[in-house]
Parts: sequence; structure tokens; C-alpha cells
Amino acid sequence: MTIIEMRDLRKDFTVRVRAGRLRRAKRTVSAVDGIDLAIRAGEMVGYIGPNGAGKSTTLKMLTGVLTPSSGHVAVCGLSPVPQRTKLALRIGVVFGQRSQLWWDLPLHESFALLRHIYRVPAADHAARLRRCVDLLDLGPFLDIPVRQLSLGQRMRGELTAALLHGPEVLFLDEPTIGLDVVSKQAVRSFLAELGASGDVTLVLTTHDLADIERLCRRLVVIDHGRVVHDGTIEDLHARYGSRRSLVVDLDSPLAPDFTLPGATVTTVSADRYRATFALDSVSASAAVARLMAVTAVRDLSLVEPDIEDVVRRLYAAT
Amino acid sequence: MGEFRGYGALLGAQIRSVTSYRASFVVELLSNVGSTGLDIVTVLVLFQAGRVVGGFTLAEAVLIVSLSACGFAMADFTVGNIDQLKTYVRTGRLDAVLVRPLSTLGQLVLMDLPLRKGLRLLLGATVLVLALRVNHIGWTPGRVVLVLVTPLAGAVFFGAIFVMSASLAFWWVESGEIGSSFTYGGRDFTSYPVPLYGGWFRAVFAYGLGFGFVAYQPALALLGRTDPVGLPPVAGYLSPLVALVAAGVAAAVWRTGIRHYRSTGS
Repeated sequence: MTIIEMRDLRKDFTVRVRAGRLRRAKRTVSAVDGIDLAIRAGEMVGYIGPNGAGKSTTLKMLTGVLTPSSGHVAVCGLSPVPQRTKLALRIGVVFGQRSQLWWDLPLHESFALLRHIYRVPAADHAARLRRCVDLLDLGPFLDIPVRQLSLGQRMRGELTAALLHGPEVLFLDEPTIGLDVVSKQAVRSFLAELGASGDVTLVLTTHDLADIERLCRRLVVIDHGRVVHDGTIEDLHARYGSRRSLVVDLDSPLAPDFTLPGATVTTVSADRYRATFALDSVSASAAVARLMAVTAVRDLSLVEPDIEDVVRRLYAAT
Repeated sequence: MGEFRGYGALLGAQIRSVTSYRASFVVELLSNVGSTGLDIVTVLVLFQAGRVVGGFTLAEAVLIVSLSACGFAMADFTVGNIDQLKTYVRTGRLDAVLVRPLSTLGQLVLMDLPLRKGLRLLLGATVLVLALRVNHIGWTPGRVVLVLVTPLAGAVFFGAIFVMSASLAFWWVESGEIGSSFTYGGRDFTSYPVPLYGGWFRAVFAYGLGFGFVAYQPALALLGRTDPVGLPPVAGYLSPLVALVAAGVAAAVWRTGIRHYRSTGS
């Protein structure tokens, strides 16, 4: 079942730029320039792209914050802007930089308020809250005013706030931005568990590709307001020819004319005792066997393709 | 309706947030009484110079200013802080408001309800009661209804002005204090008898924009005076109608404004 649908979705902004001492020139910028995308219920989709690519703008059109300039958009079968309040009851939103919590009130009071705002039956609310408190370890700071929480604690509070009404879709805009390693881990494991249950469709934007590798089977890359890749991480590697690498430490320097069938030498250390081979069309075991047959190998390691590297190339290509 | 509990929760949160800074709340509460008091003192001073100004006695003028002050204080107390909208728009905090299942205007009003302005309301009402006593009013059922409806209609009218001038921020983020010139300027206009103003200024503000119907015309009807400007007696009873038109325009402006909201990058 399709839960999110976008067809030729566009958002233009007019910006005024200085053109002389007093004159200002109007210029139209397409933040989102014709996106077609369908997301099925229960999917976990990572939405990535460089700064200014249109990620947040898309998310804001999906949540009813921004009115599209043209095109079709539907979430849970609803039109986000005209049916904003109806949609709000069925989605959860975590905008990393915009708090849903009451700054001056203890965390647990914010949760109690949200129950009334979203009209959640007391028993459902209590059950969901208990689960979040357990999984996100909120217990120690439930009584502390939000303004005194650390960023990591607050983000865990925001996640809980977005889930207390049992949303069908959860939108996360940079949920791990600025978090330390431990908090990042906590947030990721929580989201992984949430996604695994299959009850919630997850759409997240991020700059941290580790979020995507950990959480999302589907990856949508957007640049200049257009989708430049839509598929799994493996698809992305296949499309951009990313290869696994074999790094070997040798007992004697590598011969300058050395070749390994099905692989390419990518780097060799200055003393020629360490070499890296990109595996084009040969399996790792076959490559190792051939190497061992002709030279003495002291140590070796296999390096998986680096998604950061692929994405960097992808951004540069567009 | 479950929604009312949502709004109630927002109101409760605002009360608890404000009272978590107790001392500053009390100071603000008291300093706010001062500003309404000042408006009334201004009228008293003006009439100290000449006992009759523009054909109106001090007592009559106080009736006008108190009707205006009651309406304005009520509007300022309920929707006055909507002028904070420009901060919400500039910082993009409106995003968080828009993703909740309640009306945007309702949330903004309740999240920022200026409780510190509460005492102003009391002051305006007190002066109104005094003004009703010092003027010789021939009470009829119609005039009783009028004296109750006028501050309410005034509140709706000023509320509409507040919402419209705040909406400027959707198109023009740096709208700054331009909106205030309509809200506070409008209040000042309604505090005095309309014949004091002349020419096109009177035509535009009193009749074009409707400020003349908020306090001046109802006061004439209460006093049983004929309008020196020449409007028929029925004009005294038009304030609810004028308020409804203003509210309708404000709602349309607000709705168009929301669709123009651009958010901010994040």
C-alpha cells in the first residue's frame, strides 16, 4: 500500500538579490524541481543530499508546513496543506532544530500535554510512553525542565513526543545532528527497532550516512531539487562501480610490473611493502589465493566499499 | 469536542510556564496596568485645558475612552501577542506549530497568552463603570445590551486588526513595528470623539476603516446625543456588524498568509 505519493512536486521560492545600491532583483529558485516518489507503508527511507538540495523543503511539503508550488502530494491519502490538522493526527515529526517540547516545563509535563493535544486515550498513551521510557532510558530526566536537558536527552524526548499518538508515518529531519556517539547509537537502535516492527513508515533526512547504512534499505539521493538515485545501497554501489578492496602487507617489496587478474592496483606504499587492490571481477578468496601463490603475504584485510565515497562522487557528478 | 481539551492543555502550559518565573511575572503584571492607566490620564489632561473639547464634556469623553480601553484590553489580552508571529516566522518555529492537530491561530494565541496583561482588563472595566455613573444615561433595555455588546464588538474588531497586522510577517519578515501603528494607532484614534479629527483623515479612519463605530458611535447612542458629524442614531448599534466584517477580512488575510509561509532552512 502506498502511503506517501509525490508526482512532479515542485516548490519555487522568489528571492530578492541586491542589484546595485538600492535596487533589488527578483529571482526564482526551484528548491524542489519535479520529484516523483512513492513510498509503501512500513518502508524505511533515507533521504540524503548536499545542503540546499531540497530535503527539508520536501519534508515540509509532506507534513503540511509548506504549500507546494505545483504537483501532487498525498500522505496517508490526505492532502497535507488543506487537511493539515487531520494529517497531523496520523504522522509524527521530529525536526532536529524545532522543538515540540515546552521549554520551561518538565519533560513529563510536555508528554501529558501532547496527550490532550492529540486526543490519545489514556491507556494507549501510558503504554507507548512506558515503552519509550524503557528503550530510550528517559527515566532519569523526566522531571527536569526541557531547557536544562542536554541535546542528546532532548532529542530522545523529541522522539518520544513524536510517537505518543501512534503515528503511521514518522518524519525525521536530521535526528542525529550534533549528538555524541552514545546518543547517536541510542537513537539509531531505537529507530531500528521501531522500523523492524513494520507498524511505522520511516522517512529520514540525514548527513550522517551511518544512519542510512544502519536503518534504511531504501536510499533516495536528491540534488538540486531532483531525485538522482532511488534504490538500495547495493544498487548505488553497483551503479557507481564501487568495489571492495584488498589490502595486503608483504614480506618483500611488490614488483613494479605486478598484475593480479580481475583486480587493479589502486595504491602502493612508498616502500612497496603495502598494496591495495580493487576487486573488479574476482572474488576475494580467489584474489588472496593467487597473491599467496606468487608472493609472501604477511597480513591482509578486506575493505567494504565506502558509502561516503560513493555519495561524494554522486554529488560531484550532478 | 476533544479539541477543546487540547486548547485547554496549551493554556494550562502557558500558565505554568509563566508562573515558573514568579517575580518577573508580578513586575510585568503591575507595569502593564500603568500603560492603560496612562491612556485615561491623557484624556483627563486634555480636558483639564478646556472643560469642553469638540462639544464633549470630560465625563462624556471618559465614557468613550473607557469603551475603547475595554475593547482593546480584551483583544490585547487574548490575541495581542499574535504580533509575536514575526518571531515564529523569522526563526521557523512556526513549523512546530503547523505539525500539530490544532488551528494555527488558536495555538499561537494560547501558547503566548499574555497573562501579565490581565489587570489591564480590570482597570478598563472599572473606568467604564465610573463613566456610566457620572454620565446621566436614560437606561433602556436597548442601552443595557449596547453597553455589554460594545466592548465585546470592540474586542473582536481590535482582535481582527491585531491578526491582520501580524499577518504582514508572512509576506514581509522584517515588518517590524509597522503592524503596531495600526493596532495602537487605532486604539488611540478610538479614544477620542470623532469630531476632533478632520477631513480625509476622519473619513478614512472613522468610516473607511470603521474605527468610529468602536467606541464613539455607541457612546453617542448611550448618551442619547445626536452626532455632530451627522450620522443617524442607528450608527451607534453598528459595532457588531463592523466587527464581523473586520473578523472576516482578518480570517481571509490569515489564511492566505499561511500559504505564503516559507519556513527557514534547517
